[in-house]
Amino acid sequence: MPSDRRLEREAAKRRRHRRGQAIAALSSVVVLGGLAALILTSPGWPTVRETFFDWEVFTDSFPDVARAFWLDVKIFIVAELAILVVGLVVALVRIAHSPAFFPLRLLAVVWVDLFRGIPTILLVFLIGFGVPALELDGVPSEPVILGAIALVLSYSAYVAEVYRAGIRSVHRSQRDAALAVGLTESQAMRHVILPQAVRRVAPPLLNDFVALQKDVALISILGPLEAFREAQIIESQLFNFTPLVAAALLYLAVTVPMARIVDRMGGPEGAVR
Amino acid sequence: MSVPGAAVLEVRGVTKAFGEREVLRGIDLTVREHEAVALIGASGSGKSTLLRCIDLLEDVDDGDVFLDGETITDPAVDTVGVRRRLGLVFQAYNLFPHMTALENVILGERRAHGASRADAEERGRALLARFGLGGREDDRPDNLSGGQQQRVAIARAFAGRPRALLLDEVTSALDPELVGEVLEAVRDLKGEGMTMLIATHEMSFAREVADQVAFLHEGRIVEQGPPAQVLETPYQPETRQFLSRLLEAGRA
Repeated sequence: MPSDRRLEREAAKRRRHRRGQAIAALSSVVVLGGLAALILTSPGWPTVRETFFDWEVFTDSFPDVARAFWLDVKIFIVAELAILVVGLVVALVRIAHSPAFFPLRLLAVVWVDLFRGIPTILLVFLIGFGVPALELDGVPSEPVILGAIALVLSYSAYVAEVYRAGIRSVHRSQRDAALAVGLTESQAMRHVILPQAVRRVAPPLLNDFVALQKDVALISILGPLEAFREAQIIESQLFNFTPLVAAALLYLAVTVPMARIVDRMGGPEGAVR
Repeated sequence: MSVPGAAVLEVRGVTKAFGEREVLRGIDLTVREHEAVALIGASGSGKSTLLRCIDLLEDVDDGDVFLDGETITDPAVDTVGVRRRLGLVFQAYNLFPHMTALENVILGERRAHGASRADAEERGRALLARFGLGGREDDRPDNLSGGQQQRVAIARAFAGRPRALLLDEVTSALDPELVGEVLEAVRDLKGEGMTMLIATHEMSFAREVADQVAFLHEGRIVEQGPPAQVLETPYQPETRQFLSRLLEAGRA
């Protein structure tokens, strides 16, 4: 039988909880309702509703945009895998301290500075139009592949730095312990340091991939029919922006679940409750 | 098996400085086969540094360390090969947090000594059981108490069948009630004739287990001899002062 003191405390806790919920509900109605009222009563709303939120245009264009979006998904998956590998290689080269690695280490530093420093959209342009102009044999000239290469260059520079930060965050005593049981430096890296580093940087890595999912749309400037470009074409035929909204929803459909995964990995603090 | 009483570890004139700070100022020390040598001395006297120098985790500045007569501090020596012949247990355990207890114990055997998974696991399980950790094979370090973690670390260092074990203050990170179980594991190894160099603050343990006690003071071994002599009738004033301070703190 719980004591009166305990029952009293639990009742107070319940009261506080109920009060908190009431405040949250009220403030949501005020803020969201206010925003909705602001938009719906704006002088241009009827026009905007017609040009951006036309249900008929939406249902007509959605299948085409969705089909084109499949290309985004494919580019994203291939690029993501390549970025994970290239980024890791660049990070490992950058921290290797063997003198034989000196030129490679220099190259890794330049790689990161260069590709992280150039806006991704510019990189897509330069690779997409510059590489075919070289007319080299055996070098791909399809815009989709060149665009994906540009994304890999840009993002691998970021991801290499994320890996490097993770590796440096693993305490030196872990390396000592690995060497003490007889592992070589590279075995210590592979079996002891990297597994811990990758676990630590998984949330920031996923965060970069949420950004990559959106930036796949940049490839559209080279011509491939991905979601954004398909939507633009329909838009220019119908003089209606609804297909772009359809494309936006498709991007959200993959980035939002990814963002929730990132939250969960960051622990309960990051999640919306 | 070498002749009993032959020197396994020999330290000759070893010096080590970190920048301006001279930590070791000429260490001479011998650990013979089946012998346990306790290394005592205040915090910062260089005990950890000496053990790290012997396991080649630090480069010595001058002098040499010999393992079974081989100069292991020679720059041309295969450092990885030398570490495979030694075991080191750290004060803060340094277990691999992403691995289970069993994986911690068998990593060296699998990757450094090339044992098959089955053989390594069988031996690893037996070792964990021997140190009272049967049933905890699949626990990660953060599910184990400090004493259990340190026993896993001892099993890990011992799994490579080292010629000598180096123990660095293996009980000083532990809560007092957990010290006994770890000392029991060390006692067990001593019982089977393991050659050991033990940096410790536990004087009663040093008295019980060690064949020799060496007192390290300001980077030099000031006094060395059988435990009864060094701990009870020390010749050197520095040793007497150190022991009386411990006595006041209730640690001796």
